[in-house]
Amino acid sequence: MSKVRVLVGTHKGAFILTSDGKRKQWEVNGPLFAGWEMYHLKGSPVDPDRLYASQTSGWFGQTIQRSDDGGATWTPVGNKFTYQGATGTHQWYDGTPHPWEFKRVWHLEPSLTDPDVVYAGVEDAALFRSADSGATWEELASLRCHETGPQWQPGAGGMGLHTIILDPSNPERMYIAISAAGAFRTDDGGKNWKPINKGLVSPIMPNPTAEVGHCVHHVAMHRSRPGVLFMQKHWDVMRSDNAGESWQEVSGNLPTDFGFAIDVHAHEPETVYVVPIKSDSEHFPLEGKLRVYRSRTGGNEWEPLTKGLPQEDCYVNVLRDAMSVDSLDECGVYFGTTGGQVYASSDAGDTWAPIVRDLPAVFSVEVQTLT
Amino acid sequence: MSGQPGSPRTVRVILPYHLRTLARVGAEVTLEVADPVTVRTVLDALEARYPMLCGTIRDHGTHQRRPFLRFFACEQDLSHDSPDAPLPETVAAGTEPLIILGAIAGGVA
Repeated sequence: MSKVRVLVGTHKGAFILTSDGKRKQWEVNGPLFAGWEMYHLKGSPVDPDRLYASQTSGWFGQTIQRSDDGGATWTPVGNKFTYQGATGTHQWYDGTPHPWEFKRVWHLEPSLTDPDVVYAGVEDAALFRSADSGATWEELASLRCHETGPQWQPGAGGMGLHTIILDPSNPERMYIAISAAGAFRTDDGGKNWKPINKGLVSPIMPNPTAEVGHCVHHVAMHRSRPGVLFMQKHWDVMRSDNAGESWQEVSGNLPTDFGFAIDVHAHEPETVYVVPIKSDSEHFPLEGKLRVYRSRTGGNEWEPLTKGLPQEDCYVNVLRDAMSVDSLDECGVYFGTTGGQVYASSDAGDTWAPIVRDLPAVFSVEVQTLT
Repeated sequence: MSGQPGSPRTVRVILPYHLRTLARVGAEVTLEVADPVTVRTVLDALEARYPMLCGTIRDHGTHQRRPFLRFFACEQDLSHDSPDAPLPETVAAGTEPLIILGAIAGGVA
């Protein structure tokens, strides 16, 4: 019998939600690491009992936790994230040079092939790799040291590297995204990085089509088509069919194309989900109606999914890492809100129900499909 | 009375709640600390016993105190003293604890 395990990171702890393949009855376990900010938890695709979690605090800094038994027990592992070599500067909010300072881990991405290998995207933006299950971390410094690095600037939430996508067909290729520097790709395992932002237009920048500086909120890929990427930018939903070499806008009929989360159906690579948010000034759904939008055409044509979601007086946000899908035959879709709800759909978004309603603000949602 | 330089003293340390849960200890831990007993030598001993606390009280590299943590002892705030300044003899003797605590900070949630 299949099972689903949902890993939820919140403002004040982590929660593990489990159900059988029907996804109707849920067991809620938590809070784990109560009181800590849990930015992200994710399991290894090759060993689902191996989980990694980013635990952070304004008082006590960064800790990384690892579980080898599916979240029943946890061990604190290495938390020493040291930038390699000269730290250099990026732009501060006022345009002045500002030295890189490690603040926290935003995203953990376990290897597709080795449970002991995991990548960490951090603020201030940099990429780290551990090859010993999180005990030690080494920076892939060529990203931070990219010639455009001094031009990178934090978004309102900090200069975080929040998206890491590993190409299942090419172990040397990886995509990352940074707010507010943009998207980058390596084709040699992280030795060299290329900005992949052609086609992005950001009127909030002095040069709206500059090579870097775009506030990319999230990027998603279907593993069967690793060259096709979908992006939720600050404004605009974008698509690339050539591994990020160029992007086209696919916002189409969305009522607003601002948002944070984006994901792709587990079995239909042209089916994409976003949660439109009113604007960069008002981070809540339009008209108080929480609506997921689904495109079955790879963008441009979007339909609202509302059954089971609040359609009045709803003013939550859905953050960039707070949406995920399972890979059961009928694809499940999940997202968490800043109001503490985690919603699940076991029919690809047609209908929704809350798994839990009153958690702390949800930072991240990751789903494991267990067999 | 001070011990001989290098001789171990038994020092009591009170940790803030979140570091107790991280290290899986009670409110107070006792440590053998080589004389002289200073914030630095106490933290060296604490981190050697509980490696998961490395980086949570002071920076890994610079050993600077994290900004929102404070060191109190004998009703004094020692946070801004040199980490190499001898702690009060009552702390070195284990009569009084060194208190590590999170600074009061309001928040949005």
